[in-house]
Amino acid sequence: MAKHKISVTVNGAAREAEVESRLLLVHLIREVFRLTGTHVGCDTSHCGVCTVLLDGQPVKSCTVLAVQADGCSVATVEGLEQGGKLHAVQEAFTEKHALQCGFCTPGMLMTTSALLERNKSPSEQQIREAISGNLCRCTGYLNIVKAVQYAAEKMHG
Amino acid sequence: MDKLRTDAKICGMGHSMKRKEDPRFIRGKGNYVDDIQLPGMLYMDIVRSPYAHARIKKIDTEAALKIPGVLAVIDGPTLEKYKLHWMPTISGDTQMVLPIDEVMYVAQEVCAVIATERYIAADGADAVEVDYEPLPVMMDPLKSIAPGAPVLRKDKKDKKDNIAFHWEAGDRAATDRALAASDVVAEQHVYLPRLHVASMETCGCVADFNSAEGKLTVYMTTQAPHAVRTVFALVAGHVGLSEERIRIVSPDIGGGFGGKVPVYPGYVIAVAATVVIGKPVKWIEDRMENLQADSFARDYHMKVSLGAQKDGTMTALRIKTIADHGYTNASANPMKYPAGLFSICTGSYTLKNAFCEVDAVYTHKPPGGVAYRCSFRVTEAVHAIERVTDVLAQKLGMDPAELRMKNFIQPGQFPYKSALGWEYDSGNYPAALKKAMAIVDYEKLRKEQKERRARGELMGIGVCSFTEIVGAGPSKDFDILGIKMFDSAEIRVHPTGKAIARFGTKSQGQGHETTYAQIVAEELGIPASDVQVEEGDTDTAPYGLGTYASRSTPTSGAAAALAARKIRAKAKTIAAHLLECSEADLDWVPGKFFIKGVPDKFKTIQETAFAAYTNLPQGMEPGMEATHYYDPPNLTFPFGSYICVVDIDRGTGEVKVRRFVAVDDCGNIINPMIVDGQIHGGLAQGIGPALYEEIGYDEEGNVFGGSFLDYYVPTALECPNWETDKTTTPSPHHPFGAKGVGESATVGAPPPLANAVVDALSHLGVTHIDIPITPEKVWQLLKKAGVAE
Repeated sequence: MAKHKISVTVNGAAREAEVESRLLLVHLIREVFRLTGTHVGCDTSHCGVCTVLLDGQPVKSCTVLAVQADGCSVATVEGLEQGGKLHAVQEAFTEKHALQCGFCTPGMLMTTSALLERNKSPSEQQIREAISGNLCRCTGYLNIVKAVQYAAEKMHG
Repeated sequence: MDKLRTDAKICGMGHSMKRKEDPRFIRGKGNYVDDIQLPGMLYMDIVRSPYAHARIKKIDTEAALKIPGVLAVIDGPTLEKYKLHWMPTISGDTQMVLPIDEVMYVAQEVCAVIATERYIAADGADAVEVDYEPLPVMMDPLKSIAPGAPVLRKDKKDKKDNIAFHWEAGDRAATDRALAASDVVAEQHVYLPRLHVASMETCGCVADFNSAEGKLTVYMTTQAPHAVRTVFALVAGHVGLSEERIRIVSPDIGGGFGGKVPVYPGYVIAVAATVVIGKPVKWIEDRMENLQADSFARDYHMKVSLGAQKDGTMTALRIKTIADHGYTNASANPMKYPAGLFSICTGSYTLKNAFCEVDAVYTHKPPGGVAYRCSFRVTEAVHAIERVTDVLAQKLGMDPAELRMKNFIQPGQFPYKSALGWEYDSGNYPAALKKAMAIVDYEKLRKEQKERRARGELMGIGVCSFTEIVGAGPSKDFDILGIKMFDSAEIRVHPTGKAIARFGTKSQGQGHETTYAQIVAEELGIPASDVQVEEGDTDTAPYGLGTYASRSTPTSGAAAALAARKIRAKAKTIAAHLLECSEADLDWVPGKFFIKGVPDKFKTIQETAFAAYTNLPQGMEPGMEATHYYDPPNLTFPFGSYICVVDIDRGTGEVKVRRFVAVDDCGNIINPMIVDGQIHGGLAQGIGPALYEEIGYDEEGNVFGGSFLDYYVPTALECPNWETDKTTTPSPHHPFGAKGVGESATVGAPPPLANAVVDALSHLGVTHIDIPITPEKVWQLLKKAGVAE
């Protein structure tokens, strides 16, 4: 199978890899770069546990080919904490008990951190819509909504 | 217990301590099974049957084995050489690991490809050619149970029918008589469809056999690692796997909900592969395999009859059930209770006469019967009684809340012996319902409903007052494959006063690392932040039956308290030694012993711990540790009253949940934040089955709901802002008065939603709707009544 050399900036660091055409971005991240915070939960782009930011936009990395990320920047949950300081959404998720088993959490954090970049103070409905592509089987979502509101407050007052 | 005994530093019971497991999860540093990478690790992918019933004529592996990187294909005959092609189920039935001649359900494992890489294993699975001869398919349990039906389990010698088991409880004759003598009998067929737990993480394992040491380590998604170790030793003892050389590690688990209790064929094949090949083998289900092959629950067809006097006093309950177990009885139930704790079906009501029976039937569905976030068939029982109570209310023209109030077991009647043999430990049902009615403002809602109905709008109010039965269980009655259902805790206090505590259970998101530490903190006064909790590694943790059926707090939680009390007793002797007084002169507040009446003469728990290693009373055994195996004297009976309000769209039939009020009582609470979280999650897993989720099949055995394209797990848009509250009725027999809580809301949430929808449509002659109450079902009813827009 044909291999392609790709360059990707992952959480700010330049990375290179030689990949098969069919390699999914999520497997590039998890198995080639060994960043296992990004999870796999379905085969159909429904669950969102694989959500990462591709050039700042949340994408489901199980539905993006690694070669499509060539020349792009990828942000994963491992890059949210900067200089030993947690991102506001990370703090908020703990503060509001917005996670239980933790499996959907990385995807939720990426989706909601991107939401707060584009909307400083989202309404409850906007938050629910933003995370409607991320399934959570544990929390019933209410505490996730509260966490995003809390993070918005912390980030933007 | 609403008063805190410890300060925020110690953080014992009642504190909403932030979770100790969160720091790794929010950084993406959890360690789930698919994150485990071992040197030389191989990957396994499974070839599955496209037929519900077929004869395997040939498995052609030639093309697969030609693919570079494909190392082996393991099929039934391969396993047969080692006598590993069959395995027992937890319920003592049998199940193929891999078939020799026939497949019995769609998605059944047919063979497995082992390869050097994940994608190559998938290529290999794709390249295996299996030649099938399709055979007749039996998908309807009502036909399967009928006399003369073809026998499905031909592997069972002398089996003449398709009945997996018959089970009953109560007095059939007395119940029949009481029903015949009742003024009114509400009768209702209630079907709870097959569901899937759909935890966000699927099942999988990394099996690693070290041939030099003869030791097998299996990292696997299991809620019951110790039981799995014993089962592996019993099943594979003949190939040299001895229990001391089996280590099961349950790493971080991405949700379990009962689906990770059974041992599925994939685990066994991976173990066989690593033993034969001598390299670690990873097997991870994809979502479609997960939704099509394992972790199924419910599938109960119930005929419910509830008798009453004219004034609404309930007289008798009878439930006849046909349970579709699929190909085998793979339920994860205690042995004596093949239909689980279904006999809790008399619910929260004084019912002198009751009888229930379950006929479990084989069909060509995949194995079902997982206790999906419910303590062994309690969801089915609660749905039956709570639904038929509303049918009765409608028949009598009574308000459903009033009918419940009239029939509740009263607080003074506890401990209450139910007609079906349970001794309810404690409860205050009227208080919970009154509280829920006050929060939701029930009277006002009924007025609003009347006004809206006059305007042609469809609004419904649904009530449910459930009683749960959790914490299995007392060893005299509860065992799985003979192993008694106690659970354990082991606490070691280090010289500097910090501690490690290990348990036989295994958290899958419930927050044990936090709550168990809080129990130790409450009992010993060692700050919860200084207590490291570990579970899931059978080489280090004490034996236990695991986490499911809301049993962790009732069993291991109790064990933690009692182990801590043993340590406190030793600490007291040491404190008396250090203070040069008699033990009788000492008083205790969490964290320190002091001389009675002289509060400034004290020794802290940390000082006694240091002395346990440095300055002991003469003759005392050094160290400070204790283990406790807790055999509960009874189960615990949490309860609650839920009320919800729904609005129905006359154009689409869509049910919108406007409000959902949940008043729960789980006795004394360890961590209110975590309990609230458990309730929220449970409610979402109630709304899912009530309105959206179903695993259905066509006549050929093909599945509907086999991917997230058509298995509708609720998103944030379907879930309302849950309104939770509580009452507190401690368990009289639990060491700190707690009851289990993890499953209450999953059990309690579907009935009020169903009741609310029926309530909204009751004036149109609707008396019952089976869940899931999809827009299509509702729209058809609206159309029939001539009110669809």
